[in-house]
Amino acid sequence: MTQQPVIIAQDISKRFNDFQALDRVSLTVDPGERVVICGPSGSGKSTLIRCFNGLETHDDGKLTVDGREMSEGSPHIRQLRQDVGMVFQQFNLFPHLTVLENLMIGPRKVRGLSRHKAEELARTYLDRVHIPEQADKKPEQLSGGQQQRVAIARALCMEPRVMLFDEPTSALDPEMIGEVLDVMVDLAQSGMTMVVVTHEMGFARKVADRMVFMEAGRIVEIAPPEKFFSNPETRRAQRFLNQILGH
Amino acid sequence: MIRLRRILNLRVVAIALYLAIMATIIWASWAGAQRMGYNWQWYRVPQYLYTLSDDGFQPGELLIGLWASVKLSTAAFALAVVLGGAIAMLRLSGLIVGRGLAAVYLELIRNIPLLVLLYLFYYVLGPIFGLDRWGAAIITLAIFHSALISEIFRAGINSVAPGQWEAAAAIGMSRGQAFRHIIIPQSVRFMLPPLTGEVVHLIKSSAIVSVIAVAELTTVGRNIISDTYMSFEIWFTVAAVYLVLTLLLSFGVSVLERRFKTG
Ligand SMILES: Nc1ncnc2c1ncn2[C@@H]1O[C@H](COP(=O)(O)OP(=O)(O)O)[C@@H](O)[C@H]1O
Ligand SMILES: [Mg+2]
Repeated sequence: MTQQPVIIAQDISKRFNDFQALDRVSLTVDPGERVVICGPSGSGKSTLIRCFNGLETHDDGKLTVDGREMSEGSPHIRQLRQDVGMVFQQFNLFPHLTVLENLMIGPRKVRGLSRHKAEELARTYLDRVHIPEQADKKPEQLSGGQQQRVAIARALCMEPRVMLFDEPTSALDPEMIGEVLDVMVDLAQSGMTMVVVTHEMGFARKVADRMVFMEAGRIVEIAPPEKFFSNPETRRAQRFLNQILGH
Repeated sequence: MIRLRRILNLRVVAIALYLAIMATIIWASWAGAQRMGYNWQWYRVPQYLYTLSDDGFQPGELLIGLWASVKLSTAAFALAVVLGGAIAMLRLSGLIVGRGLAAVYLELIRNIPLLVLLYLFYYVLGPIFGLDRWGAAIITLAIFHSALISEIFRAGINSVAPGQWEAAAAIGMSRGQAFRHIIIPQSVRFMLPPLTGEVVHLIKSSAIVSVIAVAELTTVGRNIISDTYMSFEIWFTVAAVYLVLTLLLSFGVSVLERRFKTG
């Protein structure tokens, strides 16, 4: 395994019309590392991780993911996306397919595996997220927590090198957050490289190697969790933590 | 007010009301024709639909005309779907040239009357490109209906949540793969009802090609009348044949739709 970083962002910027969504952001993610990104709504967290798999393209700076430089219309973007899994806030499961088909379609159509191989893979990952019995249901028949676990399994079926999560529990009822976080903790313990946007600070404390705090399109602070939670360097991070932890 | 509406919506009441209205119309036209001294000859109509002889069932002129209308409409609809699909793609593409082309095409069709379009294809472009009546009729109907069909496709595709494109892209699908495996299967559900409406619309507007003497249902009807002078009977019959065809079609599609929903 190569020891070069999985993600290297150097001064990347992104504008939407006149709005500066990312302002010279630099961040490096090493293999096996777990990075948690937090910050107020609209601070650019989603935009940043969407750049990491090319759902957005940065205007300025340099971004290298999995050893490939990302730019507008990169020819290897599809290859790259197979190595970068993404889990969305709204799950975005394919509603016309069963759970099993949701997991198989990537391996079959994109990786070109046989039906048999793809199903084997799908069932393995469905076990990993603890819902093997839901294989033949349609997404709409599942609870929110189950749907998000299927979405995680769908991404894992591509056997990615890094997983991106964009507020994976924000759309869930409180009683379902735990089951999704448990799956993510398992994944972290298995050594997966992860970049997670979340405000679940309990999860962050447990798995994060580094905390990244963003505000107004910039990274304001990067710190190990012990330091970030007990003694953040910036007043803004302090204020944000007070708000979110409710004291 | 609300109670009145509820009573009117009862199935029995609705059917009774419908029959009463139909009876009134039929009676009024019969009485009117009577006053004109019209000589009804319904007994002569069935032979134009079919004859039963020793050779068995023989379709009459009207049924042969109907079959021609069905073939014409089918060919025109198939071509309209291809054209409409291409236009929808151009409109949805990021290409400025593509969007411009589609916009010009749509504006042109929307603003030229169908009859003029037909004359244009038959009398002007026909000789230039060697189109016969049938060719001109099929192309005219296809082009005219491709406008609304492209709109149906575009609306159907846009009604799929954008997150579906993103989820497909995120597992490495190309735009084409996402389209085929994710977007189209979800949008068919939205497209089926308006597409059926468009087929019915096309069948009805296909009657217009009788002005260039394409031998379809309406033309056949007119020819029979010029031989027999039974204009009332034949026009009623022709209208009924169109009605039966379009109602059967709508019914067939509604069955199909129900299967789509459960399946
Ligand atoms: N496609 C877009 N077009 C215009 N503005 C956008 C777009 N995507 C995001 N933005 C804006 O960029 C800012 C950052 O958005 P986002 O990255 O989603 O923030 P966060 O995930 O931290 O809440 C927001 O103000 C948002 O309105
Ligand atoms: Mg966000």
